[in-house]
Formats: sequence, structure tokens, C-alpha cells
Amino acid sequence: MLGLNKKDMNLLLLVAGLVIFAPFILNPFPEGSELAQFNAGYPDLMQRFVIFGIFAIGFNILFGLTGYLSFGHAAFLGVGSYAGVWMMKLLTMNVVPAIMISVVVAGLFSLLIGYISLRRSGIYFSILTLAFAQMSFALAYSVLTPLTGGETGLQLSLNDPRVLGISATETGSIPVTHFFGLEMRDSFELALGSWLFTFNAGYYLCAAVMLIAFYLSIRIFRSPFGMMLRAVKSNQQRMKYTGLNPKPYTLAAFVISGMYAGLAGGLMVSMDPLAGAERMFWTASGEVVLMAILGGAGTLIGPVLGAGLIKYMENILSKINSTILHEWFAFMPDGIEDVMVTLVYPFIGKGWHLTLGIMFMLVVIFLPGGLVEGGQRIARLFRRRGAKTDDSGAEQSQNTPAE
Amino acid sequence: MSKSTLTRRGLLKTSAVAGAGLATPTVFGGAAWSAGHTGFTNAPEGSTVTLGFNVPQTGPYADEGADELRAYELAVEHLNGDGDGGMLPTFSSKVLDGTGIMGKKVEYVTGDTQTKSDAARASARSMIEKDGAIMITGGSSSGVAVAVQALCQEAGVIFMAGLTHSNDTTGKDKKANGFRHFFNSYMSGAALAPVLAANYGTDRKAYHLTADYNWGYTTEQAIKESTEAIGWETVNTVLTPLTQTDFSSYIAPVLQSGADVLVLNHYGGNMVNSLTNAVQFGLREAQANGKNFEIVVPLYSRLMAKGAGANVKGIFGSTNWHWSLPDEGSQAFTRSFGTKYGFPPSQAAHTCYVQTLLYADAVQRAGSFNPCAVVEALEGFEFDGLGNGPTLYRAEDHQCFKDVLVVKGKENPTSEFDLLEIVEITPVEQVTYAPDHPQFAGGALGTCNPGA
Repeated sequence: MLGLNKKDMNLLLLVAGLVIFAPFILNPFPEGSELAQFNAGYPDLMQRFVIFGIFAIGFNILFGLTGYLSFGHAAFLGVGSYAGVWMMKLLTMNVVPAIMISVVVAGLFSLLIGYISLRRSGIYFSILTLAFAQMSFALAYSVLTPLTGGETGLQLSLNDPRVLGISATETGSIPVTHFFGLEMRDSFELALGSWLFTFNAGYYLCAAVMLIAFYLSIRIFRSPFGMMLRAVKSNQQRMKYTGLNPKPYTLAAFVISGMYAGLAGGLMVSMDPLAGAERMFWTASGEVVLMAILGGAGTLIGPVLGAGLIKYMENILSKINSTILHEWFAFMPDGIEDVMVTLVYPFIGKGWHLTLGIMFMLVVIFLPGGLVEGGQRIARLFRRRGAKTDDSGAEQSQNTPAE
Repeated sequence: MSKSTLTRRGLLKTSAVAGAGLATPTVFGGAAWSAGHTGFTNAPEGSTVTLGFNVPQTGPYADEGADELRAYELAVEHLNGDGDGGMLPTFSSKVLDGTGIMGKKVEYVTGDTQTKSDAARASARSMIEKDGAIMITGGSSSGVAVAVQALCQEAGVIFMAGLTHSNDTTGKDKKANGFRHFFNSYMSGAALAPVLAANYGTDRKAYHLTADYNWGYTTEQAIKESTEAIGWETVNTVLTPLTQTDFSSYIAPVLQSGADVLVLNHYGGNMVNSLTNAVQFGLREAQANGKNFEIVVPLYSRLMAKGAGANVKGIFGSTNWHWSLPDEGSQAFTRSFGTKYGFPPSQAAHTCYVQTLLYADAVQRAGSFNPCAVVEALEGFEFDGLGNGPTLYRAEDHQCFKDVLVVKGKENPTSEFDLLEIVEITPVEQVTYAPDHPQFAGGALGTCNPGA
């Protein structure tokens, strides 16, 4: 079905299921309980999960297939965001034109940067992309302030021209982003006992786009084009000697993944209409590399898992403070409580980077194939009896060993 | 907009009434909403109210963020009636009685802005959507303040800005739901100019080094305009990248430019490095145009003075507040902060503490947590006893108008906290400007948004 074989179809259905039921899956703890702290089922974070999922899927098309490590992918996300906000300022608050222009602008920008950077490979390519991204950041942060809003970021204001829409609502506020009238911040809430699940319009739009992006990525992975990209990764010299020019393939992969990044940027501003220069900073580019490696580079679902894990830690772990810790350990005698709090404190709140770092090290050392490999190992434990591993993920990783 | 952004807690209650354990799907149309609710985002239910403290815990302003968080914790303690009450007894409005806000115990959630607009908005959104925060406050950078302020306007909660000095926060980017207690670039210029004229004369040539971002631009403009008004001449203005750590190449041309004053429109680590470089280049001992060469730092903070060490001696700048102020409010705050943490508070801590109290007081006076009621209570509110003398929250732009301190690096500091001395307390009349002043032009408050 849909041009996919059975395994890929199952994987797509699995991802679709996860994404559709995310509001349930991410809110496993009842409201008001101690563990509600760990619930991630609120619109902002769910949107981030799928948007960064798209970003990571796109990055993986370049990195996972061709092995070219771009260290400047955040620049495309940023450029896409700016284009999207300008579309909202000038044209309409409907998110569709904004998303489309984001993809187009990011695609053109990645064509330019890719054309230059791909003259080199390996570490030189990485450094070139890093340099371009930092240049874009510096431009956005100060030189191009009239265009990008500089440090403050580009945001909507009450006197935007907005040709196909209104500059301000009757109540004097800035109109909100919508999809043909469906406001992105509209939510429907379902209470089951003391559980509360939020279904957000914006999230489901992002989720639908993400499923399409994921489907396209499967098709690319399985296409002859994808095979060519793998050939680039395995041995570019050999490819040249057989009479094939790798450059058009790598450039196409670069532009495709740049457009994915632009799509993510466009969705980001559709959910929250502000574009800040920081999303082009090199740490943001590094983050998507982490996502891909953490989840499993070169696998289909890995980058999405990696993106989810990093965003979860950034948003949930960083919000735990010492007061909350004291509540958790309140049942212990005073002395021990303080010791426990002191022990745990460096790893939460502002220390979430530390926890992420440790986790990343553990994954790279013990699970070189990322979380996907972890999943496979667990799966293998359960079906040791089985004659043959029949796991779709396992199959992929055998086809495309991770970095 | 009338049917979105819901209250999780509120909904919980409703559904609990309908029968715990029973599936009760609820669709929110406009009518159902207004019937079941008090009609604004995150209306507090039950016996507690949640405030969101969104401060930089990592990144270049982490020190300030840490101090802000301490101040917030202290404020919550005092609002809930613990501790010594801090500025509550000295505050001119007496409606706060230590029983929380409107009888509801104050709870708080914290988040990390990372001094990035994106991260700050993500953190603020999670406070609003997940934790049900009714008010967001904090921040140590104007970019973040402006970004979060815009978010709070959209979401329909109140934003009480922390440390943000750019004119834009209450200028072109002002919002009806946002309030700033801290002073701004214009006020720095207006307060500094007369002191500079008195000390350095009216015939000076200034050279500006400006951090290349929003705050730098508005500060440069403010200082330039107010010093030119007293007869100074601006020789040159040079933008420096925010990430610059070595300013030697920017300092070297200064002496050859014919200027005799260097204005450093830098903040935080930038200022520490540029000032240190300038002093190393011997600018303090230099002579130009037959006068002693001078350096001016428009925005000072104690944390910066600490970083720059002995280099700040004798250098003029402005600040919002200093712990050595003799008035009752400042003393009470310094005492209770010192008792709890063992050192005096910074100006960032002060403004954050005061903002929390002002919000609580406004709610109490308005008799409602509804953001529109709070906005009404804060607009045009006059108060005293919070450390800056009589203060007005101006209705036109939600900026506080109060005395501004001109300070100077102390020649003989007695401790690592005693680095600045107050040269002059510039009266509020001198730093007041019209709401449509050109430096603040271009924005509109809009109307208050209660959300939901």
C-alpha cells in the first residue's frame, strides 16, 4: 500500500499511532499527583516533539544516507522561520502560505550553501556549513536587524500591513495563526477521572505534516535515489570510478534536508509567531546532530525518538527545582533528605545539560546504533526463540549500519 | 480566541463534580466556556495560585538569574507570611497581609530562559499551558523580555518584566499585559548627562563602543542625545559583536580619534572585558585635547562591577537601585535578603522582588486575578516604600517612573559587595519623558487580553 512494503507500512502505522495518541501517551500521570511533573502532554511540548521530529528526519536524509555531517542545519530552520513570519506580517495569518514560503526560501538558501559547501567533504564540509550557519546567525542577530528583529526576534505587531487579513482584531489584539479558520491554539480537553488530555489543533496540523514528511523519507530511503546516496556514503571514490557523478545526488539530498528544516521552521512560527536569531546558533545545529545520533543515525524512526528525548529533557527536566526535590524526598528524615537533594540537584533544573551529556555518552558507548539499537536488543531478548528476527527496525539497521 | 487556551485545573474541578471516574468529554464552545468559568486564562481554583518565574539559569546572565530567583523565593515567602515580611511593612499600600494573594497561598514554578527568546517562550508557554501560571515574570535581557511579553499578551496572562533596560520594552514593543519596573536607556542618559557635565565639563568629545544588538542601539541613542544636549560632540560610534571577548582592536583607535571620553554601551561580560581592555590600554591615565581621558558606563550592576574589579574605580554609570540606599524599604529588603542568603541583593533581585509584590498588591486591590482587572489596578498606580522613593506606574506605556541613581566605582571598597557609591539620586522629574518621545515611538499598547 502507498508504495511501501509491509514492514515499512507497519512502521508508518506505528508512528501514526504514536503521533495520534500522543496526548494520551504523554500524559500518563493523573493531574495533581506528584508525578504530574513528568507529564509532557501539553500543546507547546507536543508541537515541539513533532516539529523537531521533522527537522531531525530531514537532517537524517543528509547525514544518515550520505554521511555528510552538516553542522549548520539550524540556519535553514531559522531562514524558514523568518520567511514564515514575514508572510504572516505581509500576507495572511493562514499558516499554509507561511509554511510554503518557509520551505521554498530554505530550499533556495540550502541550494546556495550546499553548492559551495559540497565542493569539499568530510570535516571540511562540516566546518564550511558551520561557518555559513554562524554567518547567518551573526547577520540575523545584528546586521540585518531591520529584517530579522535582531536580538529581540521578528514578531508580529499591531500595525502589520497584512494584505489578505486584518492588522488587529476588534478587541485590539494581534490576530492568531489559523488553518483556514481553525485557530492553531484551539484545544479540546478530555477529562477521564483525574486524567486530563489536551487535543490541540496546532499539534494535529504539525502531526499530519510530520507523517507526510516521514512517509516521504521512507520513500526516499527505499528509492534508487536513496541507494545512490548510500553509495556516496559507503565509497565515493568507487562511485566516481564507475562513472557516476556524486555531486548532484549529494546536492539534492542537501537541498531536500534543507527544505525539511525550513518546513520545521515554518511550522514553528505557525504555532508561535516569533522567530529568534538563536535558533540559527551553532548549538541549535549541534542539537539536531545529537538528536540523530541519540536516536540512531541512518534509521527511519531514530531521529524522531532522539528529538523527542532531547526536547523532553529540555522542557521537563529543566523545570524541576530544589523545592520540588524537597517535596519528593520529604518522607525521609531531615538529614538524609538534604543529602538526597544535594545529590540529585546538579542533574536537574539548570543541570539538565549534564544529564543529557551523560545520557549521550552512555548511548554512544553502549548503544552505538542509538535508541533504535536499544529497542532492537530488547526485542531480541523477547524473541530469542524465534528462528529469525523479523523486526522492521532491525532490518533497516542491517541495511544501513549507523555511524 | 474566546474558545481556546483552557485552564487545566478549572476543567478538572468541573469534571470531578460531574462524577469522578466517569468519562466526561467536554467540548468548549464560547457559551459553555463563559458559563463554567471566570473567563480568563488559568483562573486560580482551590486554595493556591501559581506564579511563573522565568529566569536565565544558564548562559551569560546566569548570575543575575540566580539572584532574581533568590528574590522571587523571598517574595513568595513574604507574601505567604513567612520570614520577616521584607518590604511589606514599608510598602505604602497596605492590602497585603501575609496570607498569600486574596487568601490563596502563593506557589511558583521556575524555568530557564537560557537568555534566548525561543527557549524563554517555550519555558513560559509550558508554565502557562502545563502549570497553570497566572503571571510570568523574570528575565535578564531585553530581547527575552520583549519576546515573553508578546507571548503573555497573546496567552492572556500578566507579564512583570525583570531586568530589561532597552527602551523598546515599554517603547515600540510595549504590550497591555506587560509591565516594567526597571528603568530604561533614556532614563540612564537623562540622569547621567548633568553629572557628566558637572564633572567633565560641557566641551567633550565622546567615542561610543556599542554592543551590536537591540539594547546597545537604544542605549547609544539615549546617551548620545542627552550628552549632545549638554554640548558634547560625538566623534564616532562603533558596533562590537555581542560575542566579542577581546576589545583591544576596538580600543586602540580611540585615542587617535580625537575623543576624550569613551562611552561603553556594554552589559554583563561584554562590559567587564571592554572596560578591562580600556584600562589596560592606559586610557585612564591618558590625556586628550588637554583634558584627562574619561570612561563612562551607562548601565552598571554590582555583578558587573565585581567582574571588572579595580577597573571600575571612579567610573560613572547609572543603576536602578543599590543596596546601600538609606531609605526604610531598601534597608528592610537588604536585611531580609542578607539574613536569608548571606550577602546583599543586586538591582536585578530588587526589581524582581518589587515586581512580585506589585503584582500581588494589584490583584488584592482589584479583588480579582483577571488580567484586565490587574492592568487597571496597576495603571497610574502611585506607591512608595519599595526602595526608589515615590513611584508612578504610568498608564500610557506601563513604565515605572522613579528616581534614578548615578553611581561611581568606589575608590576604596570595603568588601566585594561594596563596589559602587551613589553620586547622585536623580529626581524623577528629570528622567520623565512624554509617552510619544521619539526614542519610544512606533508601538501601541493594544488592549488588555484576559485570554480564554
